[in-house]
Amino acid sequence: MEETLHAEKRFLALLADGSFWLQRDPATGLAVFPPRLRAPGHGGQLTEFQPVSGRGTIHAVTVQPNRPPKPARIIVLVDLDEGARMLSHMPDASPEDVAIGDPVVARIVTEGETPMVVFDPAP
Amino acid sequence: MSWESRFPRGRTAVVGAATYGLGECAGASALEMAAQAGYLALDDAGLSIADVDGLFVALPSDLLGGLAMAEYFGIQPSLVDNNRTGGSSFLCHAIHAALALDAGLIDVALITYGSNQRTASGKLVSALTGSPYEAPHGARMPVGGYALAAARHMHDFGTTKEDLAHVALAARGWAKLNPEAFRREDTTLEELLSTRIVSSPLSVSDCCLVTDGAAAVVMTRTDRAKSARRPVVPLLGGAASVTHKEIAAMPDLTVTGAAISGPRAMAAAGVSPADIGAVQLYDAFTINTVLFLEDLGFCPKGEGGRFVSSGAIAPGGALPVNTNGGGLSCNHPGMYGLFTMVEAVRQLRGEAGDRQVPGIDIALSHGNGGVLSSQATLVFGTEATV
Repeated sequence: MEETLHAEKRFLALLADGSFWLQRDPATGLAVFPPRLRAPGHGGQLTEFQPVSGRGTIHAVTVQPNRPPKPARIIVLVDLDEGARMLSHMPDASPEDVAIGDPVVARIVTEGETPMVVFDPAP
Repeated sequence: MSWESRFPRGRTAVVGAATYGLGECAGASALEMAAQAGYLALDDAGLSIADVDGLFVALPSDLLGGLAMAEYFGIQPSLVDNNRTGGSSFLCHAIHAALALDAGLIDVALITYGSNQRTASGKLVSALTGSPYEAPHGARMPVGGYALAAARHMHDFGTTKEDLAHVALAARGWAKLNPEAFRREDTTLEELLSTRIVSSPLSVSDCCLVTDGAAAVVMTRTDRAKSARRPVVPLLGGAASVTHKEIAAMPDLTVTGAAISGPRAMAAAGVSPADIGAVQLYDAFTINTVLFLEDLGFCPKGEGGRFVSSGAIAPGGALPVNTNGGGLSCNHPGMYGLFTMVEAVRQLRGEAGDRQVPGIDIALSHGNGGVLSSQATLVFGTEATV
């Protein structure tokens, strides 16, 4: 039997292929994250997954120190230009160069088994 | 019809309350600690475990703890509520117990909790799990969620590390008056501010303790409670709100669901913030106290930092907050919510010793679960306020 990929696995499969795509809620035009079977709040149909720009703004940041030589983890909440907010981290940034309001750009990496979207300071 | 007008104001009451094994309780399991707190609360109420027909349980790591607890007690309750909205579970239990008691479905409700996390593992035992979207980022949670909210509060309102340290300083001030508190030694603002950063802007001194501890509360209908051996403590109002699970989905990082549950619980009770003599709230992190005081209406949004820095919540201040020393200095056995209820009861009974708030007749308890995700508020009174 052919497996139907539901929203979570579809999103992760797209990420594994190098594509950061999200569904949109036609009622608001905004991107939805995390992916869902129907729109959060009202249960309406969502669009198919569509590309997002990967551009966003830091809404909040916390730095979690580690024992050297392991670098500190920079944890951010990013507001995507398309409207969704996601938790992520910034593996290549320096803590002193990251602040609320800074523009960032997305990049897909796989550290463990699950691919994820991380962010870099916008050039 | 509305929640506020339909809540059974004052028709149910706490008739027994107890704590057990606060701090370190080596050699006991979480189940045994919850059981012992339950027995002590029933002793306090002059009731027996055989009287209990409503059992309300959320154990630290046993998802089916409600079943284990019923078996341990050797009872077959008509109603077992295993609701697990994190540290707010027990305040939700009290709301559900009030509804079932008032409907006449049950006669005696026992809410109980225990954790041996300090002596068993030395770490916070948390039921919080990350989604496939959040977990790979390796953020230390729950502290990271609260740190993000604190960072945003500082950005939007100018709240400072010093403001947060004042929350911890006030909690220690109250703990010094409470023989049950785990951390009672003197400290200073400078000492609190010099502790190691865990997740910026939060330091060790901004984080709750990791202790063992158990607590329990017994509730009945108020009219049935006349023969109680201790002053009965009527539940005047209660309300809860869940706004999200993971911090990225919080609608506004600086406004919690306490802005919903608090006004609703106070409206059900027919009181306003000015009527409340003491506030017991779940201070898992110092930012919680700031956020909840704002959202519950004790100071304007954004002013929480300046409010706590004024000394208002410390012993001798205008608004006694966490008079037992809170999760920051009294005890924090994983899910702390029930301890906010026990301390409110002790204050309203006038049995709080050196930390007793004089002339108090209304107290508020507020619980928090997840990463500011679940909020539940209770308003307790004395018999005179019903």
